[in-house]
Amino acid sequence: MNRHVAEPAGVAPAVEASGVHVNRGRTRILRGLDFTIGAGRITGLLGPSGSGKTTLMRAIVGAQRLSAGAVTVLGQPAGAAALRHDVGYVTQSPSVYPDLSVEANVRYFGAMHGATAADTAEAIAAVGLEDLARQRTADLSGGQSSRVSLACALVSHPGLLVLDEPTVGLDPVLRAELWERFATMAASGTTLLVSSHVMEEASHCSSLLLLREGLLMASLTPAELGERGHSTDLEQAFLHLIREAEGKPSRTDRNESQVA
Amino acid sequence: MNPRMMLATSRRVLEQLRHDRRSIALILVVPALLLTAVYYLYENETLPPGMPRTFDRVGLMMLAIFPFVVMFLVTSITMLRERTTGTLERLLTTPIHKADLLFGYAIAFSIMAALQSLVATAVAYWIFDLDIKGSPGYVVMIAVINAVLGVALGLLCSAFARTEFQAVQFMPVVVVPQILLCGLFVPRERMNDVLESISNVLPLTFSVDALKEIAANSEATQLLWDDAATIGVIVLVVLVLASLTLRRQTR
Repeated sequence: MNRHVAEPAGVAPAVEASGVHVNRGRTRILRGLDFTIGAGRITGLLGPSGSGKTTLMRAIVGAQRLSAGAVTVLGQPAGAAALRHDVGYVTQSPSVYPDLSVEANVRYFGAMHGATAADTAEAIAAVGLEDLARQRTADLSGGQSSRVSLACALVSHPGLLVLDEPTVGLDPVLRAELWERFATMAASGTTLLVSSHVMEEASHCSSLLLLREGLLMASLTPAELGERGHSTDLEQAFLHLIREAEGKPSRTDRNESQVA
Repeated sequence: MNPRMMLATSRRVLEQLRHDRRSIALILVVPALLLTAVYYLYENETLPPGMPRTFDRVGLMMLAIFPFVVMFLVTSITMLRERTTGTLERLLTTPIHKADLLFGYAIAFSIMAALQSLVATAVAYWIFDLDIKGSPGYVVMIAVINAVLGVALGLLCSAFARTEFQAVQFMPVVVVPQILLCGLFVPRERMNDVLESISNVLPLTFSVDALKEIAANSEATQLLWDDAATIGVIVLVVLVLASLTLRRQTR
């Protein structure tokens, strides 16, 4: 099975991982991952809760030390000082200052990248919070604060944006808007890695990494996922692949495809 | 070090504080109120002629102790929040240097401390006629250095607390012994050898010595500058230790 699906020829991948292991105490959180993430596209990181998505994302942004293996980001080892301007990371729970206004939060994180007042305003507009810019973040709803957190990453115009479950708690309209925003960013050359446990979001990605129990189950496109999971419903397709990997009988012939 | 990031951090910390009017009021007013209490506590003491008032001794030392205690508490809680809400981890994925973050904090809180000790010193000096030979400007200087010491120790201690409850418990461990042994209650030369030698290495001791120098001399003495420099060195060492607790990577 081809692991590096639909890689555009001649473009160096934004992220290359080889033999990535992460152990915490005796728990083996990531158990040997090899993959690449194509530049200028949206890659979805999908998997059940506890499968190691967040740890993998932290390894890519350089916040997690590897037990073995290597991650190369934009041609440099993950976490290298030179990457700190280029990699944006949005954690799952909003990491912003609740006692600051939306604007002050974005301005502060922007200051780390020499962002201007215009950059700040642009990032706030990008997440649709212009009208709330002067509000204290603590007074916002959960979905609004996670958008503040996103704006704090957008303000630096990162080349690689790593987003941990960015659409949790957002209403369908906002979620659609956000995916449109991601698509626009990808079209202008930004690489996005987006984790989610909602499979329907997979269709917005140009390629997918399926993670399960610290192992990479597959690296494929949404279309291939549908094909291999024998369902146009990506949720069903994913469940099918998981059952297959667990060796449980499934509705369809499980010899048909091999997991990566 | 990057001045832009450092000043952005100071500004952010002050902005956070600005939204918390009650804390600002407590920081500015409480030391002055406590000083008032101390004044009236010793109001009716009978002194042999030529003996300085107890208020002149105790009140003066309190001017240095307040900023130390308050900034220790404020900093350890603020920094702990930064660690637990994920903003610290996020900041450390940006180009900010750890020193920018720590000194940004130190600058912000020393501005608050300067305001605090200006209020307290003004009250002591003008309302209660604090009788010292030296300039009250030096008293404010020592108060600010002490505040930075509180900030530095708070930053360091926050690394060893997981919750705000634990952070507050560091006060009896770190702050109270220094207050007990700094010479406020018993002159240091009358302590037993063990306590005196502990007292000799505690940072607050140097502040109290410096204040005694200010009280006894109309001009700044070499001893005053030596004490101030010693606290400065201790602050730098503690800040370096604190920066070692800031990790860009976790295992």
